[in-house]
Amino acid sequence: MRFFLAAFAFLLLTAEIPLAERRSGYEFMGRETRAMQDDDTTNPALLWVLDGEALFKTNCSGCHADMKGVAARYPKAGVSLDQQINACRTGRQKAAPFAYESRELLGLTAYIGRQSRGMPIEMEWNEANRPFLERGRAAFNRRQGQLNLACAQCHDDNWGKQLSGSVIPQAHPTGYPIYRLEWQGMGSLQRRFRNCLIGVRAEPYAYGAPEYVELEMFLMWRARGMKLETPAVRP
Amino acid sequence: MARVVVNVPASAKRGEVIEIRTLAGHVMETGFRRTERGVLIPRDIITRFVCTYNGVEIFSAELHPAMAANPLISFTTVATESGALEFRWTGDNGYAVTESAKISVA
Repeated sequence: MRFFLAAFAFLLLTAEIPLAERRSGYEFMGRETRAMQDDDTTNPALLWVLDGEALFKTNCSGCHADMKGVAARYPKAGVSLDQQINACRTGRQKAAPFAYESRELLGLTAYIGRQSRGMPIEMEWNEANRPFLERGRAAFNRRQGQLNLACAQCHDDNWGKQLSGSVIPQAHPTGYPIYRLEWQGMGSLQRRFRNCLIGVRAEPYAYGAPEYVELEMFLMWRARGMKLETPAVRP
Repeated sequence: MARVVVNVPASAKRGEVIEIRTLAGHVMETGFRRTERGVLIPRDIITRFVCTYNGVEIFSAELHPAMAANPLISFTTVATESGALEFRWTGDNGYAVTESAKISVA
């Protein structure tokens, strides 16, 4: 009996959402917020996209023509898009890296991400990605913080229900960086992770920590095939 | 960062009602918030927005601390003649941005 209970509890904790039942956070939003995201004339993330475009044209277009599909394939083998941009800056351009969550870095990732809008997320469970994905999956299912909650307990087991006034989404990173109304601005997926970690009263990692990138990779794998919406608007 | 975006239809029929949308990148800091150390963050908002159509004011708005960051202002007007629309946002700390758009009316 005890064995069955343990097995049942394990199943509950690792019950991943079937591929066909996955839904973007977009589908949980109200009509007005969806309209805001869909129309470039009302989506405030456009302000960042335009900044990113200007930066890209002066700093990156010497080597890179367009970045179509790039954001749908990142992070790659433990390197996030933010980190790849900064690696390019420090390595090839001998310039100072952009700070995490800076206007510049969010602008560039929004501009690059927008070029993959509508494209399916590609994340393969291959040899290069496997160790990162395994650690990311373990983190997703690991209880943490004073509230002793794992990501999976909300986002796999209880999505669609409410946590105070908000609907719990399935945590698919389909639109990052996002313009979040609560933030009154743009933020990365790692900023969103901080929110959840603080919410379960765990200590957030520093931006760029390997733990965040591994979780990003696992979430992208979990959302593989779903369409990118960058730059999305979320409540 | 003083980035603004305006959306005006490039052309319209005379007498047609057109929708104009403007988006201004601004933090709209209310002046009521405090830092983690309890220091009041000074107010920094856009206070006024004006739109003129061939020099004539057709829309203006006063903005207040309760308004969201990156305010989107959307309004309609009647397309009367070809020409230029001028947009001007002004606010705290010397914030002043102008933008213009052309419209051809047939």
